[in-house]
Amino acid sequence: MDLWFTEWHTPNVRFSIRVDKQLFSGQSEFQRIDVFESREFGRILILDGYLMLTEKDEFIYHEMMVHVPMAVHPTAKKVLIIGAGDGGVVRELTRYDTVEWIDLVEIDELVTKVCKEFLPQTSCALDDERVHAHYEDGLKFIRHCEEEYDLILVDSTDPFGPGEGLFTREFYGNCYKALKEDGIMVNQNESPFYNNDAVAMQNAHKRIKESFPISRVYQAHIPTYPSGHWLFGFASKKYHPIRDFKAEEWKQRKIQTRYYNTQLHIGAFALPNYVEARLKNVE
Amino acid sequence: MDQTRAPIFEALQQTKSNRVVPFDVPGHKRGKGNKELTNFLGEQCMSVDVNSMKPLDNLCHPVSVIKEAEELAAEAFGAKQVFFMVNGTTSAVQSMILSVCKQGDKIIMPRNVHRSVINALILCGAIPVYVNPEVNHELGISLGMSMAKVEKAILDNKDAKAIFVNNPTYYGICSNLKAITELAHQYGMVVLADEAHGTHFYFGDDMPISAMAAGADMSSVSMHKSGGSLTQSSFLLVGERMNPGHIRQVINLMQTTSASYLLLSSLDISRKNLALYGKEIFARVVQMANYARAEINKIGDYYAYSRELLNGDSIYDFDMTKLSVHTLNVGLAGIEVYDILRDEYDIQIELGDIGNILAYLSVGDRPRDLERLVSALSEIRRRYKRARTGMLSQEYITPLLVLPPEEAFYAPKVSLLIEDTLGCICTEYVMCYPPGIPILAPGERITSEILEYIQYAKSKGCFLTGTEDLQVARLNVTKGV
Repeated sequence: MDLWFTEWHTPNVRFSIRVDKQLFSGQSEFQRIDVFESREFGRILILDGYLMLTEKDEFIYHEMMVHVPMAVHPTAKKVLIIGAGDGGVVRELTRYDTVEWIDLVEIDELVTKVCKEFLPQTSCALDDERVHAHYEDGLKFIRHCEEEYDLILVDSTDPFGPGEGLFTREFYGNCYKALKEDGIMVNQNESPFYNNDAVAMQNAHKRIKESFPISRVYQAHIPTYPSGHWLFGFASKKYHPIRDFKAEEWKQRKIQTRYYNTQLHIGAFALPNYVEARLKNVE
Repeated sequence: MDQTRAPIFEALQQTKSNRVVPFDVPGHKRGKGNKELTNFLGEQCMSVDVNSMKPLDNLCHPVSVIKEAEELAAEAFGAKQVFFMVNGTTSAVQSMILSVCKQGDKIIMPRNVHRSVINALILCGAIPVYVNPEVNHELGISLGMSMAKVEKAILDNKDAKAIFVNNPTYYGICSNLKAITELAHQYGMVVLADEAHGTHFYFGDDMPISAMAAGADMSSVSMHKSGGSLTQSSFLLVGERMNPGHIRQVINLMQTTSASYLLLSSLDISRKNLALYGKEIFARVVQMANYARAEINKIGDYYAYSRELLNGDSIYDFDMTKLSVHTLNVGLAGIEVYDILRDEYDIQIELGDIGNILAYLSVGDRPRDLERLVSALSEIRRRYKRARTGMLSQEYITPLLVLPPEEAFYAPKVSLLIEDTLGCICTEYVMCYPPGIPILAPGERITSEILEYIQYAKSKGCFLTGTEDLQVARLNVTKGV
């Protein structure tokens, strides 16, 4: 059988994965949700036709989103996760026994239900007793929070569709307000490579820079995302991602990771010149 | 009648499928002659940008599909006759006034009317009798007309030909239109309504009374606002007591003879949509507006007002689809919030004035966009809140009418720097746009209060318009006064 899932990375570039079978297809109030089984990447989650994660490479994204800020702010106890109904970020975060409370705000409850059923590899920690799930608009949830969180992780989809409110200045400003005085926000910051993605990256960076005194960008390579080169934003009120990096402390925790390590932590903030230039352009 | 029909739309489709070879205007010939425009607007759009022809009827003298479409609209709006207007609601307002007033006739109206109303007076030479609207001093907005003032104006001017009523104002406030209509009719006056912001009153549940239901004689309805049709398309509704034939003659004085079928079909399709689904559509809009109001009022300092303002007279009713928010207690003028929303948050709202903003909600809005607006307002308060000192609250300035608008407009005039015009008679308009309600209109005395207001509005970043001088540094005033 010759069945392929294809995503258009640009109007002129397509990325395809051979599909073995479809496990789920459904329409929620917000989006279409599909889960496929594939030989090369294991199970893959698709929202509105866009690839969100594959079992083979999701560890890169989730490790980089969680361990980078946790190694800078090891005493973080109260964490807010926005988006991330697949549970990957929660899984990484629950490996820290010092984290006491996790609020998970996902707009689409069906995403979580589907992931619990079909993607146990990512959703395995969603039932951890520290996790408190709220199914509502992240922008609305955060409006009512003030100096509450040590860490906010923004695991958004793209800046169009249900996730578009999570790329706005009002959202980042509200995140600033919701963080404690030494809080950190990490967000998925799109890709610098293809033009449309790069514009989204610049907009997000510009809006974050306007809202936080410290705003840096770091990278990872994620094979199934457009161009494979992906960025994260690190924004904080107080801690610098490298000067305040507590490498030894993190090592002592003995958390086993497949992508993240303490040298890579520093290296990830060293960006290619063209990316630096694009970021500078909007600062 | 069958409201699922849309005769103009159907005739256009039929004409298109007949593949008639066009040796008539427009010269772009279904788009083939203007590739760049066709690429931009789309082939479908260009292919129905056609001229009046036998199967498509003629707006100036409708006998077939336009006539049928007008009859369907008349039924949907509960009017005796509906005219399709393609020159904006401005042309509907002017046609209403020109069909009942001529040189020297009096017309009673509130002063917080749109400039198109006073424009009509310049065109026909009618003389306004202003009823000062009530003012809410806390919010700084003009309200409707009180019955006592309307009654006094009618009794003092029994020779007036007509009375003109906003239903509702830009901010959503309605006067007691039914009582005003009954009183005016007792004295033989025609009642004209500006329902530029009231299309939905004809379809939604629990809405303020519409002009036709209140027994008014004519109404101008901006279908392109809450009705969903294309910009510039509009309806003129006519009630039982009027002679539609004469009104058509007046409309044809100024209306184009090449009416756009894009606009006409948009009116036809939108009327159908409203007749079939209007009730649910506006129930959803009200629900969204109520939600946004509740959330905005939780932020603190902002006041998103609604029907709690009703006072049985000058706020006889309130249009709940309007999301008007008072901003002065945040320490920001409405226009400042308007600018910050656009410049820093990529949110465009309908208007900001001295003390308020207005977000226009419609069937096209999504709850998640409302979340953005509410969150942005919350952020603006967090970042900018300051004391309210030195903030002018927009109070209505009672105009001193010295000359009829027409006489002033055509009078010999001189151009002076604004600051040198104290005491002069203005021959042109000054207004913030939006809302387009004149601060000064032709024939009015320039007072220090008005000059202070213009200065303040400028300093807060209001977009001032109306003057011959595009910099709005100079004003035309009558010579030798």
